[in-house]
Amino acid sequence: MSTSIKIYVPRDAAALSVGANRVATAIAHEAKKRGQTVEIIRNGSRGMLWLEPLVEVETTKGRVAFGPVTPKDVASLFEANFLTGGAHPLNLGLTEEIPFFKNQERLTFVRVGVIDPLSVDDYIAHSGFAGLKKAVKMTGAAIVQEVADSGLRGRGGAGFPTGIKWKTVLGAEADQKYIVCNADEGDSGTFADRMLMEGDPFTLIEGMAIAGVAVGATKGFIYLRSEYPHAYQTLQEAIRTARAARWLGPAIGGSSYAFDLEVRLGAGAYICGEETSLLESLEGKRAIVRAKPPLPALKGLFGKPTIVNNVMSLATIPWIMANGAKAYADFGMGRSRGTLPIQLAGNIKQGGLIEKAFGVSLREIIETYGGGTHSGRSFRAVQVGGPLGAYFPESLLDTPMDYEAMAAKKGLLGHGGMVVFDDTVDLAQQARFAFEFCAKESCGKCTPCRIGATRGVETMDKVIAGDASKLALIDDLCHLMTDASLCAMGGLTPVPVMSAMTHFPDDFNRASKRMTPENLAAE
Amino acid sequence: MRCYDADERVESMSWDDAVASSIVNEYKHLAGATLPILHALQENFGYVDKRAVPLIADALNMSKAEIFGAITFYHDFRHEPAGQTVVKLCRAEACQSMGCESLVAHLKDAHGVEINATTPDGRLTVETVFCLGNCALGPAALINGELVGRVDEDLLDAVCKGQSHDRMAG
Repeated sequence: MSTSIKIYVPRDAAALSVGANRVATAIAHEAKKRGQTVEIIRNGSRGMLWLEPLVEVETTKGRVAFGPVTPKDVASLFEANFLTGGAHPLNLGLTEEIPFFKNQERLTFVRVGVIDPLSVDDYIAHSGFAGLKKAVKMTGAAIVQEVADSGLRGRGGAGFPTGIKWKTVLGAEADQKYIVCNADEGDSGTFADRMLMEGDPFTLIEGMAIAGVAVGATKGFIYLRSEYPHAYQTLQEAIRTARAARWLGPAIGGSSYAFDLEVRLGAGAYICGEETSLLESLEGKRAIVRAKPPLPALKGLFGKPTIVNNVMSLATIPWIMANGAKAYADFGMGRSRGTLPIQLAGNIKQGGLIEKAFGVSLREIIETYGGGTHSGRSFRAVQVGGPLGAYFPESLLDTPMDYEAMAAKKGLLGHGGMVVFDDTVDLAQQARFAFEFCAKESCGKCTPCRIGATRGVETMDKVIAGDASKLALIDDLCHLMTDASLCAMGGLTPVPVMSAMTHFPDDFNRASKRMTPENLAAE
Repeated sequence: MRCYDADERVESMSWDDAVASSIVNEYKHLAGATLPILHALQENFGYVDKRAVPLIADALNMSKAEIFGAITFYHDFRHEPAGQTVVKLCRAEACQSMGCESLVAHLKDAHGVEINATTPDGRLTVETVFCLGNCALGPAALINGELVGRVDEDLLDAVCKGQSHDRMAG
C-alpha cells in the first residue's frame, strides 16, 4: 500500500499515563521498518479510559479501535494487518459501535477524541466556529436569551442558570468586562474539563469568545489548575494557533468584535474552584473567599463585571449557538436540561467519560457502563459530586442524575464525578477524610470552616477510637458548618460526613464495638 | 532519568538575585502578576527563596506581607529545593478507593521514605496532591512532571532505587 493511512493515538494525559507516547513511537518505528506510510494523529481520548492507550485506524468502514495497546503489541498488530482493520485479539471493532461509546449523547464532547485538537481546519471541518459565526451577527441580548432558553446551568457544580449570570453582566455598565473560565477542576473523580481542554481546546476558546461578544467583554482568562501540565501546554498552543488564524484578536472571525485570552496557572489550592477565591488568586493575592454581594457579575475581576463559568458550561455554548437552544433543551429532565458529562472513576472496571442527557440513573452508569468494581469485590458506596458530595449506598442507585433529584436525597451532582468504592471501604474513615480535606484546603476566612473542620477531624478520631457518643457532636458541628460557613467549602463538607453516617451507620458503630475496657484504659 | 552529580545540582538550584530580578521584570507587566512570577521563579530555581519577597513587593508595588502571604497560601510553592526526583502522589478519594494509602505505607515501611518530605540524600521528594485528573486509572502520580496511572509498589520500588518509572522502558 502506498497511500497514507491515518492512525490515531491519543495525547490525552490519561492515555499518556499508561504509555500512549511509547505506543505512538513504536507504531512510527514499525511502519518505517515495513516501508508503510502512515500519518499518526495525536487526538484527544474517546473517554474509554480502561482501554487506553486506544489506537484507532481509519478504514473504509470507519475508525477501528485497538486497545489497550502496549509497545510490545505493535509488531503483531502490523502482522495482523491492523491498518485495514485486520483481526487481532485487541481489535475492538468500530470505535463508534462500542456500546460504552455508542449509547452516549455527546454534545459538549462531540469532537473530543475525534479530531486533531490543535488543527483549526479539522475543528472547522467538524462544525467548529459555527456558533461564533452566528453569534457575531446577533445582538448581545439575543445571544443571552438563547443561552437562557437552552436551560444551561453552571456545570461547575452549583447549577446556577448560565443565562441569568450572563444577563447580569450584559446589563452592567463598565469600561471593561471580563470572561473568566474556571478550570480549577479540583474535585477528585472529575476530569471532564481536562479531557475537553486537551481534546478540543478550540471549543472552549469559541465558547469564551461567544460570551465576550454577548456581554461586551474583550478579555478572557482561563484559570487552570497547576496539576494539569498537559492541558496547560495544549491550551497555550491552541490560543497561539487561534490568534494566528484570527479567531482571537482585534477582529475575531473577521467580525468587528475583539477578544483575546490568557491562561493562568493556579498553585495547588482547592479553594480556587470557588469563584470569588479564584478571582482573588487571579488578582495575585491569597485566595481568600469574598463575601457576596457584590456578585462577581457586577464587581468581579479587578472590580469589573465578570462572567465566571466552568469549562463545561463555556464549552457547551458553541453547540447551543450552532444547533439552537431548543435542540439542547430537548435533552434532559425536569429543570436539568441538556446533557451532563459524567466521569466514572475510582474502583471501577470500565471508567471514563460518559456524556448523557440528565436523568440517567446512577445504577445504569455504574453497572451498565462501569461493569462493576475494578477489584471484582462487591460494590459498597459511590461518592457523587466530588469531595463535597454524598456517599450513596446500593439502595440509592436508582436516583436519577438530576440536580433536584440528587438534592432530594441529600446529595449533589456537583461537576458530575462519581467515585466508586468496593466493600473494603470504611465510611468512618471517609467521613474523617472529608473534615481533614476541608481543614487542609479551607481559605481560613470564616470560623465554621477553619475551626470546624479541625474539630471534625479530632472528633472523628474519637469516634473511630470507639467513642460513639461523640457522633452527636459531629451532627451538631455539621449543622453549624452548613448554616454558618461563608462558601460551599465549609458549607458542604458536612454532606459526605452526614451521608456516610446516615447510610453506613455500621461503620461508625463498628468503631464503638471496639470500645473495650482495654481500649478505654489505653485512652 | 536525569542524573546530576552533587556539585552540578547545587549549581542549578542556587539562588541568584540578579536572575530573580530579571524574571520578576519579565512578568511584572501582567495584570495580577504574583502567581506567574512565583511559578517562573520556582521553575528556574526549584523553589521560591525568601529573598524573592522584597524583589516582588517592590516590582508590584505591594507590601512584603502580601507577597509572603501569597507564597505561603499556595501548596505549590516550595520554600527550599526539592529532591532530584519529585513524586506527587494523589491521595484524594478516587485514588483512595484504589489503595493509595497502602502505597504511602509501603514507601515508609519498605524504603523509609516519608511523605511530604525529601530524603536526607536529596534524591527523592514525595508530596501529597489532591487529584491529578486521572481518576479512572488510579492510583495516579506525577513523577518529574510525567503523569503515571495504575501506580503500584513495584513502580515505587523502582523510583526509590533511582530507576526509571517508565514501566515500558524495557
